[in-house]
Amino acid sequence: MLALIPLLPLFAALFVGFFGRRAPRDLSHWVCCTAVGLSFVLSAIVLCEVVFVWPEIGTQAESVTLYTWLDLGSTQLTVGFLIDPLSALMMTVVTLVSFLVHVYTIGYMKDDPGYARFFAYIAFFTFSMLMLVMSNNFLQMFFGWEGVGLASYLLIGFWYTRPSATKAGMKAFLMNRVGDFGFIIGIGLLFATLGTLNFEEIFARADELQGLSVSLWPGGLEWSLLTVACIGLFVGAMGKSAQVPLHTWLPDSMEGPTPISALIHAATMVTAGIFMVARMSPVFEGSDTALSFIIIIGATTAISMALLGLVQNDIKRVVAYSTLSQLGYMTVALGASAYSMAIFHLMTHAFFKALLFLAAGSVIIALHHEQDMRKMGGLRRLMPVTYGTALIGAWALVGLPPFAGFFSKEPIIEAARFATVTGHHYAYWALTLGVFLTACYTFRMIFMVFHGAPRYGGSSHAHGASHETPKESPRVVTVPLVVLAVCSVLAGILFIKPMLIGDYFGTAIRGDYVAHPAVAVFHAEWRGILHYFLHAFLTPPLWLALAGIAAAWYFTLSAPTAAERLARQLGAVYGVLKNHFYVDAFYERVIVRGTHSVASWFVRGGEQFWSEGVLVQGTARLVQWGAQCLRYLQTGYLYHYAFAMVLGLLVLMTWWGMGR
Amino acid sequence: MSGGMNVPVLSLLIWLPIVAGVAVLALRHVDGGRPSRWLANLAAWLTFFVAAFVICRFQTDSAMMQFSERVMWIPYFGVEYALGIDGLSVLFIGMNALITLLVVISQKPGSSGGYLAALLMTSGLTYGAFSARDAVLFYIFFEAMLVPMYLAIGFFGGPQRRYATTKFFLYTLFGSLFMLLALFYLYGVSQTFSLTAWQHLPLSLYTQLVLFGAFFMAFAVKTPMWPLHAWAPDAYVEAPTGAAIMLASTKIGAYGFLRLLLPIVPDAAQVLAPWMVGLSVLAVIYFGVVALAQTDLKRLIAYSSVAHMGLVTLGFFLFDAVALKGAVLLMVSNGLAVAALFFCADMLKTRLGDHRLTDCGGIVKAMPWLATLLVFFAMANIALPGTSGFVGEFLVLLGAVGYQLGVGVLAATVLVIGAAYTLWMVRRVVFGPVTHPSVATLSDLGMQERLLLSVLAAVMLGFGLWPQALLAMADVSVTQLLAHMALSKL
Repeated sequence: MLALIPLLPLFAALFVGFFGRRAPRDLSHWVCCTAVGLSFVLSAIVLCEVVFVWPEIGTQAESVTLYTWLDLGSTQLTVGFLIDPLSALMMTVVTLVSFLVHVYTIGYMKDDPGYARFFAYIAFFTFSMLMLVMSNNFLQMFFGWEGVGLASYLLIGFWYTRPSATKAGMKAFLMNRVGDFGFIIGIGLLFATLGTLNFEEIFARADELQGLSVSLWPGGLEWSLLTVACIGLFVGAMGKSAQVPLHTWLPDSMEGPTPISALIHAATMVTAGIFMVARMSPVFEGSDTALSFIIIIGATTAISMALLGLVQNDIKRVVAYSTLSQLGYMTVALGASAYSMAIFHLMTHAFFKALLFLAAGSVIIALHHEQDMRKMGGLRRLMPVTYGTALIGAWALVGLPPFAGFFSKEPIIEAARFATVTGHHYAYWALTLGVFLTACYTFRMIFMVFHGAPRYGGSSHAHGASHETPKESPRVVTVPLVVLAVCSVLAGILFIKPMLIGDYFGTAIRGDYVAHPAVAVFHAEWRGILHYFLHAFLTPPLWLALAGIAAAWYFTLSAPTAAERLARQLGAVYGVLKNHFYVDAFYERVIVRGTHSVASWFVRGGEQFWSEGVLVQGTARLVQWGAQCLRYLQTGYLYHYAFAMVLGLLVLMTWWGMGR
Repeated sequence: MSGGMNVPVLSLLIWLPIVAGVAVLALRHVDGGRPSRWLANLAAWLTFFVAAFVICRFQTDSAMMQFSERVMWIPYFGVEYALGIDGLSVLFIGMNALITLLVVISQKPGSSGGYLAALLMTSGLTYGAFSARDAVLFYIFFEAMLVPMYLAIGFFGGPQRRYATTKFFLYTLFGSLFMLLALFYLYGVSQTFSLTAWQHLPLSLYTQLVLFGAFFMAFAVKTPMWPLHAWAPDAYVEAPTGAAIMLASTKIGAYGFLRLLLPIVPDAAQVLAPWMVGLSVLAVIYFGVVALAQTDLKRLIAYSSVAHMGLVTLGFFLFDAVALKGAVLLMVSNGLAVAALFFCADMLKTRLGDHRLTDCGGIVKAMPWLATLLVFFAMANIALPGTSGFVGEFLVLLGAVGYQLGVGVLAATVLVIGAAYTLWMVRRVVFGPVTHPSVATLSDLGMQERLLLSVLAAVMLGFGLWPQALLAMADVSVTQLLAHMALSKL
């Protein structure tokens, strides 16, 4: 039955991929939605079993092997599932969001010629993502890891006639490959030391990694093997979860259709890195250096991406930068050894961020594919459901009580405060300031899109279509919004107790709570939900969030010209933000162009000059020259030969005589 | 074992295509060449079935030579006509069979009988090289393969074919001359040409190093390894597609390392391993980067293949079971990937008249089938898990990281570089707006082409999802080879 959970979407993808083009359009969505829906039901059953049945029978985890992929003699590389509270939760979240996005797609992609192809891709994505989260070994995890990457690549470039879309797809794949480079090194080091890729075996023997060292070349600088392995694995996570400096592909991935921005680039795939680190918690716990690295990268991502979110005008890009920033929060939680908090925020974020994206998509279709927020405004009365749900999503994102984000984000900030690894002070301040920024850019978006005077359909649009008043999206679009909104309201308040305080995760997440006390402190201070709720009014984040909303209101609605004035006054800062800290420019100008110069240099210097010129032509000339020389010896004159013979005889006789 | 079976299957495998090739050559002008093409197809199918029979009957749990045939050939020198295959050869027998079949049946109705004859003869000689157990016999097959290949490129190749063939011929011949000297020396020491006997022949380190150099020249040219590769890209590009595939997919050079060099001079291999690892890593990075700058589709594929061969030789010299198994699997998967990509390039060329990347673009609109399959093959080429390309690459990288972190780090750049040139190729050929006016009017793949590529895709997918099926055949022999390499012969 477990195998059915990923295989149903796979079969749907294959069916629609092969026959979808010729079959009626309805068939595509019926097949895919049914398959993913069934997957969700099965996942929910597994989750219920894990939550309600397992504690009674004392099961902590269940490992199932499907088949042996490769038998290496010393170890077997298998395909199999590890079901525990962590994977059960992930499966349920993935299939739920995926199912809602499938339904939403029916409305969003209604008129697209690639309708069947789109469903095939997202069903394939769901399959890969499930293989990733359900895996019991690195091999299969890597399979899922690359599978979701492939789906992402194909979906970003879905509208393949746009050069910007295919470029963004390629960029996403390549940056992820840079991450995979680290991931492979990490896997390789673990494999070389422990001789296995199976998670449970690795966890059981994680202690053996302590104290080992590794160097780049024989006699080179010795590093702790565990630290190098963990940082390698985390580099993989940085690629997938778009952490600085491997983040630039995520904003560009907004070239893809909005449903996949919600599913892949917000709710599920980009959190795979977070999931992987949480899954590997027993290994990461051993290296404080790696945790420090993680917390610093996470904090940097959280704050810098929030800053960039402030200056975006494309509605999808605002949400994309907020995703980046929130992924930074999750990463900080990982660095603070608060793995359960990272997963909790991952879950709530999946709901409210998918909600925000889908709401943005709803606005985009209502305005005929207009994504510029400067051409929106005043939509709240015309699209009440979209507005209401978006507002819930925004509140949840900003972290206002009692919405989900409040319960999942506050603990992370607390964890950063009580962490002990180097860089946690920085992380604490970055996250706290991040709350203000999050509120700012989120409500700037809400105000610009839904409030104020309408700015769409103005004189710039001459053609008739844009003159109609935007209207609320159809049911297939709004129902998923409402479901996600309900999740965004309830997920936090319902699950904070079992997931953060209770023992939901059991042995699935193993932290060393003595060395890394952040979670333990949080436990000690817990006095129940009501207390937690009231306590929030005494901590800065809540007030910062409110201040952020106020600031957004001031700059967008109260005094719209103030923002421009401020931008002018802080011209240098604004320029840096507008250019994304020049990271893209650096990659484009230095890395890409540099590689091209090296490549053409290799072609000219290595291939044309050295291989072809020196080795091939040079050898040919050498032979020619040698032949010329030899030709002089063959003069054809008898006396030349006779002379040579006599000379040779003399030399030989001398040599012989001396030898005696 | 093949005990009790008196049919000389391996001889059949070798001589059936060669004799058929001669017949095809003789019949090529009869009746507009139709009988010759018909005969060529028949021969390809028959050999395929013989090979399939060999693979089915192959005992995977034995490292012994199977399907043995031994006849004294030149008694004075003790040269035997000795054939036999073990786990190291059987995979390549299978691949040669598949590739030959696809190449021959994919020929268009108008293709020349002479070309088909050359392909069949090359195929037969390749079987010979993979199953020879006598050094002279191996050498003869190894060298004789050059002749039909030379003719195939020289008569039916592209515009630069004369230069390319000359370079190809001289390079390969030059390399194998050193091997011939090494064979004579070994005969002088042991009074036998039996490869098995040589594996147990004690040799001083100095002798081994000299012999290593000689074997290395032959196999490094053929593989090819940096810096002896200059013949390869030109030959692959100028060769007609079928010949290019036969040349790039058979992996006879790398097989030479496994069959001769590593078991005969293991101590020298140990001593020189760091240098070989260095050359291999250099090849991976250098050829990968060079591939980035290519504007011709076939040349890009050629460099991609050579870069992957760097990973193969890396796997040979890590002296690690995982890496060696990976290297053997990578030889097979790279052969498949190169064949598939060359087929795609050919199908594009027959439509566009050209395979410069700049002339394509946006073929997905006009040719969804080719686009889909090309994307799949590209993914196999960049080692996406679930495809054949992943298996070997993953294992070699695991071995490399275990061998030395620095080597692993350098070798793992293939993940990024390989993806860069492959995806860039895909982006320029498959996606994007249509730049060339004729692209919009292209016809998609015909039924036969579709079937051909789908078979390859299915094999690559099956291999990627269940590589154990392939490894099981080679496993015992590879393990034995590794154990043998660990024993000193000093």
